[in-house]
Amino acid sequence: MQPTNRSRRILQPVKLWFVYLSLCLALVLDLVPTGRLPGVPDWLALVLAFWCVREPLRVGMGTGFLFGLLVDVGHGAAMGQHALAYVLLAYGANGLSRRVLWFPPAEQALHIMPLLLLTQVLMVLVRLVAGAEFPGWWYFVGSFTGTLLWVPLHFLLLLPQYRPADRDDNRPI
Amino acid sequence: MSLIGHSVPPIFRRGPAPLVRLMVFVAIALTMLVADLKFRYLEVMRQSLSVILYPVEMAAATPADLVRNASTYFATLAKVQKENAELRGERLRVGERLVQFEQMSRENDELRGLLGMAQRLEARSVAAQVLYAARDPFSRKVILDRGATHGVDAGQAVVDATGVIGQVSRVYPIQSEVTLLTDKDQAIPVTVARNGLRGAVFGAGRGQLELRFLPANADVQPGDELLTSGLDGLYLPGLPVARVMRVERDSQAFARILCLPLGGVESSMRVLVLSRAEPLPPMPDPAEALPIVPEGRGAGSPAEHQGEAKPTNPKAPG
Repeated sequence: MQPTNRSRRILQPVKLWFVYLSLCLALVLDLVPTGRLPGVPDWLALVLAFWCVREPLRVGMGTGFLFGLLVDVGHGAAMGQHALAYVLLAYGANGLSRRVLWFPPAEQALHIMPLLLLTQVLMVLVRLVAGAEFPGWWYFVGSFTGTLLWVPLHFLLLLPQYRPADRDDNRPI
Repeated sequence: MSLIGHSVPPIFRRGPAPLVRLMVFVAIALTMLVADLKFRYLEVMRQSLSVILYPVEMAAATPADLVRNASTYFATLAKVQKENAELRGERLRVGERLVQFEQMSRENDELRGLLGMAQRLEARSVAAQVLYAARDPFSRKVILDRGATHGVDAGQAVVDATGVIGQVSRVYPIQSEVTLLTDKDQAIPVTVARNGLRGAVFGAGRGQLELRFLPANADVQPGDELLTSGLDGLYLPGLPVARVMRVERDSQAFARILCLPLGGVESSMRVLVLSRAEPLPPMPDPAEALPIVPEGRGAGSPAEHQGEAKPTNPKAPG
């Protein structure tokens, strides 16, 4: 855990099983058949970006590649399409982590938005080169809803680390 | 690891540089993309991963099922009774036609027998339900609740009550993926019902189809019905596919013929997976063709009929 200028609370170290549990839950959310509903965020990209920013030493491109393949199979997309996008997303998020963590969550979201958008643009490019139909501009709305979800997600995923190690009503933090 | 007798503390041990790792992963992903999109080498990997993912997918589909079934839960008794009465009426009408059909089918068999023609092809069908649309936004695909264990096979035609809606493109153990007719470049060989003209229909996007590669002066009019020709050996002949909507004859060599699918391609929930009960006889091998007899001696030589190729060769299933 890196120090941030805004961390008024001392966080507990992250538990690796929680990281992977949240990634798996995001995978399940990604596989919910929403059909052609516009603006459904790519949950896995969001959670992956979060952990890549938060824990660059533990979560990175390998995790992105693995979960990308699973999404490819689940969506019936081209094998490697999501894997490629998530690897680049993880690389970008890992690189950004030292900078992004100094900002409060709402401003972190602004840093993440171009990354999410880049992920989608990359997938569109890959599929267009392969001869698929352009999915329409609504496809990109998913990145913006994802950005809006960053702040609640930030709170939710850090909840286990907010807890004190042992409960004590008299302790200041 | 240990240069001067100490092992490197784990915090400094980060493996290869991030950029190197990025390049390796990107190279692997690009290789996989080419192998999958161009050569379809990765089907085995996809199948095995899909088995692992199956319980996850089932869990994820539950909320969608709930939403879909909500309308059934809240249907009123009156509505159900009305629908029941309608269905009874429908069954009577259909039953009458069925008797007629059986009689005509027998008659047809007898006539074919008299003429010495091959018997008509028997169809095998599996009833299935559309579970949901696949999440991939770049293609038009749906998932059916029947798979390899129910006898579904890749390449089979999927029809609803009014016409063809697509083709099975991937089969999983208990599910299958159907590529809809409106998917870009999904092809289906057809004939024009009015005059028997053969062609191939391709998906054109925006819910439309396009009858391609017909010359500008081809005899196709708006309103013509297109049926499957069955020339590909996969589809049964005579299934309704589409109706011609607009014909543009510019100065180009080919007419631009736009059609609308007859089946509820993007709306049907209950479908039939149709296949031939037995496959077509194999194509004749050109190497086995009899030598061409010089003119004047063997006018009716069988060699004349051997060189006939299929007029349209649609995209392979999947």
